Amino acid sequence: MSHSVTYAVGREKVREYAYAVGESDPRCLDPEAARAAGHSDVVAPPMFAAVYCSGAIGPAILDPEVGIDFARMVHGAQAFTWHEPVVAGDEITTEAAHEDTSERGGLKFFVFTTRSVNQRGELVCEGRWTNIVR
Amino acid sequence: MDEHRALKVTPDRYLTYRYAGASGDFNPIHLDDEFARSVGLPGRILHGLWTMAQVARAQTEAAGDPLALESLEVQFRGVGLPEAEITVTSQTGEDGTITCHAEQNGKKIVKGGKAKLRS
Repeated sequence: MSHSVTYAVGREKVREYAYAVGESDPRCLDPEAARAAGHSDVVAPPMFAAVYCSGAIGPAILDPEVGIDFARMVHGAQAFTWHEPVVAGDEITTEAAHEDTSERGGLKFFVFTTRSVNQRGELVCEGRWTNIVR
Repeated sequence: MDEHRALKVTPDRYLTYRYAGASGDFNPIHLDDEFARSVGLPGRILHGLWTMAQVARAQTEAAGDPLALESLEVQFRGVGLPEAEITVTSQTGEDGTITCHAEQNGKKIVKGGKAKLRS
């Protein structure tokens, strides 16, 4: 089962996120600096993917069909590949899916994938989320 | 060739609250010491994706461009804690792949990091 959510990227949200992760590049904070660099508004730092994906990945992980025991779950690994830049004003649609469950050494590995596209249908980010249940 | 580069950052006492607000992840293991201890943690812990963002920033700052990163993969180990310095160490290999990890209090909290920059 896949879960799809559209996230509207706001300028102040990008700035709030940049501040929280210590990103000080003017292209992420100042619309003028972003425009001077050829973008229509402030640029999201790459790991802002965690924000626009969360509305889709959350329900995918919570899906009772997947059957994760949350009390014993830890975030084991994460991978992202970035494509088109994400800027304030974009609308990012993310589809999340449960890809695989495997068992190794008494641990269960639940792998989820996300695929995020912008309002023009251009791919912006692919994610691979590995949760481990002890 | 790039030798070991290091980025050092100390998450302050209130960082997990700011990151929760910025990211929307309000899991109490990040916000409530008492709750965190009740599930066997030493106290409230850092968000793994915040720590990964430090590993990402170590690459984009070195490149001088927030959009320089093409891909990043990491494995999370142990737990990250507020108010203790984190060091992200990165090294560029022959084929351009950057291997990286993050350490806090002498323990790796992110290992097996692999980053690629846009060519």
